[in-house]
Amino acid sequence: MLKELEYPFDPALIIRKARSFKRILESSGNAASYKQKKIAVLGGFTTDNVIRFLELFLLNQQIKPVFFESGYNQYIQESLFPSEELLNFKPDVIYICTSFRNIKIFPSVKDDKNKIDLLLENEFNKYVELWVNLKDKFSCPIIQNNFDPPPYRLLGNKDSSDIHGRLYFINKLNDKISEYAQTHDNLFICDLNYIASDFGLSKWNDLRVWYLYKYPCAIDAIPYISFNISNIIKSIYGKNKKGLVLDLDNTLWGGVIGDDGLNGIQIGPEDAEGQAYLEFQNFLKSYQELGILLAINSKNNHDNAIVGLDKSSGVLKSRDFLAIKANWNNKDQNFIEIAKDLNLLPESLVFIDDNPVERQIINSSLPEVCAPDIGDVANYIKSIDRNGYFEATVISSDDLIRNQMYQENAQRAQYQSNFKNYKEFLISLDMHAQIIPFESIYYERIAQLSNKSNQFNLTTKRYSVEDIKSIALDDQSITLLGKLVDKFGDNGVVSIIIGQVLHNDCHIRLWIMSCRVLKRDMEYAMSDMLVEVCKKNNIKYIYGYYYPTEKNSIVKDLYKDLGYELHSKDDQGNTIWRLDLSSYKNLNSTIDIEA
Amino acid sequence: MNRKEVFEKMNDIFKEVFDDDSLIISDTTTSADIAGWDSLQNINLMISIENVFNVRIGMKEVLAFKNVGEMIDFIHQNLK
Repeated sequence: MLKELEYPFDPALIIRKARSFKRILESSGNAASYKQKKIAVLGGFTTDNVIRFLELFLLNQQIKPVFFESGYNQYIQESLFPSEELLNFKPDVIYICTSFRNIKIFPSVKDDKNKIDLLLENEFNKYVELWVNLKDKFSCPIIQNNFDPPPYRLLGNKDSSDIHGRLYFINKLNDKISEYAQTHDNLFICDLNYIASDFGLSKWNDLRVWYLYKYPCAIDAIPYISFNISNIIKSIYGKNKKGLVLDLDNTLWGGVIGDDGLNGIQIGPEDAEGQAYLEFQNFLKSYQELGILLAINSKNNHDNAIVGLDKSSGVLKSRDFLAIKANWNNKDQNFIEIAKDLNLLPESLVFIDDNPVERQIINSSLPEVCAPDIGDVANYIKSIDRNGYFEATVISSDDLIRNQMYQENAQRAQYQSNFKNYKEFLISLDMHAQIIPFESIYYERIAQLSNKSNQFNLTTKRYSVEDIKSIALDDQSITLLGKLVDKFGDNGVVSIIIGQVLHNDCHIRLWIMSCRVLKRDMEYAMSDMLVEVCKKNNIKYIYGYYYPTEKNSIVKDLYKDLGYELHSKDDQGNTIWRLDLSSYKNLNSTIDIEA
Repeated sequence: MNRKEVFEKMNDIFKEVFDDDSLIISDTTTSADIAGWDSLQNINLMISIENVFNVRIGMKEVLAFKNVGEMIDFIHQNLK
C-alpha cells in the first residue's frame, strides 16, 4: 500500500512518479493475489492519463486492472457498434469518460423554452441510447461522468438561473442523468461536477492542455478523477472499509478528559472549538446511520471515557460504539482485539487519531490498516470524507440496520456466557431460518455479500447484480439463500449457495456465510437443504470446491465436516470434495427451518 | 539558481518521469533519444517541469522546444 496514493495526495508527485509507483505496486508481495478486473474506458477525450492514474489507485486497493481503451473520442461508436476487440474483451466494468466538451449544441439566447427543452431531451437521450445498448451487449456495471461546468459564463451569474444559460443547461442535464441512475442500478454516476468544484474551477480549466492534447481539465486534476473512479470500482467489488476506530481526547472532543474533567473538555455549541468537535461527532453519527461501525480506542480509564461520552454535550454516546477499549494498553493491541470482537479483518477498519505517534504505531504493526493524517479538528471531516473509505454504490436495507444487528450480536455473546453446554445455548437462541431459492428482491444483497465475504468463502468468486439475476433465472442452477432470525433479532440474509448442475451432478460454485453467524449450525442447515433440493432434482453427487486464500482457512475442512470425501487435491492446496447423496445424514438440530 | 543548477534539477525530473535512475540528459537530447518520451508523456513532462520550477510554459513554447537545452534555457530565463 502506498501512502502517497491516499488522500490528501500530491497530484504533481503522482504525475512525476507514476511509472515508479506502478513498478512498486506490481512487485508487492501479494500482488499475485490481487483480483483482476477488466475495465473498458470509452473516451470522449484523451484518456491516457486517466487510465495511467486509475491503474495506480486500483493496484493500491489490491485490484489488478486490465484495460481496454477506445480510440480517441470513440465513446459513441464503441457504445452503439462495439468493436470486435471490445466484444472479445468482455469487460467487468465500462467507464464512459466524457466531459462538458462533449456537449456540442447549447441553447442560443434566441431559443424559446420549447426549443431548449427539446435540446435538453436530445442531449440526454444520446446518453440513454449508449447505456441501453451497452447494457444489452455487456450487462456489466457502467460508470458515467456527469458534466463539469464550462470555463466561462456568458450570462454571468444568470448563466445558472436563466433558461438560455449553458450552466443552467448542464445542471438540468446532470439532474436528468441522476434521475435515470436512481432507477437503473447498474449505472453509477461519477460526479465530475463536484470533483471540478472541489479542485477549484479556475485551476481545473487549463485551456492549453485542451488545445494541445484534448484533456478537458488541468493535468493536476486528473488524479482526482481517477481516484474517484477507483473508489466507485472498489466499492462495487466490496472493498469499502467497514468502520472507524476512534480516539477520544482531541479527536471526539477538545482537551483531555482525565486532566481537564467533564467541564474542561470542549464539546458543544457554546464556543468555536466545541462546535467543531460537535460537527465532527454529527458527521460520525450520520455515518453510523449508513451502517458504518464505530469503536473507541483510547488511552484513558474506562470510567473517564464513559463520562466523556455519556455526560457531555456530545451526540455520540457509549451505546453508539460497538467496542470501547479505554485502557493503558498499546493501541495496536487494542485495535487487533476490536477487529476480533467485531469478527472483521483489521484492514476493514480505519484508525482515526489526532496523535501522529499513535498513528505511527499502527502503521508499523498493522501496515495494511489506513491511519490517515487528519490534521486539526477543522480538517477531520474532510480527511475521512475525501478518502472515499465508504463510497456508497449499493445501499442495502441490511446496511441501514447493521449497527442494530451488531448490538444484537453483542447481546448474544453476553447471553452465551450463561450456558455451560454449547448445544443448550444454541437451542435456547430459538433460531428460525428461511432457506429459499434466490428472489429478485434479494439480488442486490446477494451480489453485495458475494463481493464482501472473504472468510467463510469456499471459492472467492465475485458476482455482479446482473450475474446473480441470470443465475437465478437459469434452470441449470440451484440457488439457495439463508435468512436467520433468533430471539435477539433478525440477522437478515446470512448465507448463499450457488450450484451448477452438470450431467446429474451438482457443483457448488459459491458458498458464503456471514461471519456474524459462524458456529450456529447455519452451515449445517444450508447443507441439509442443498441435499434435499438436489435429491428432488435427481442429483447423484454434489461436488464441493475449496480454493485457499489468505483469508478463508476457516473453511478448509468444511466439506470434510459435512461428510464429503476428498476427491482430489493439487499442489496449490485447491481441493475437490464429493458427496454421495444416498449416504448423507442431516446435521442441523438446533435451527427451525420454515417450510 | 544558475543554469547548471537548473540542469541538475531538470535531470532529476527526467529520472523520475521515466523511472530511470541512470538517465543522463544533455542539451541536445530530444524525444527520439529516450524510450517512452512520446507525445502523451510529453505533456506529463511539461507539467512536471512547471510544477517543480513554478514557471508557466505557454502553448507556443511547448510546440517550439526542439531539445532539452532549449527547455533549460527557457526555465532559467523565467525563474522568479
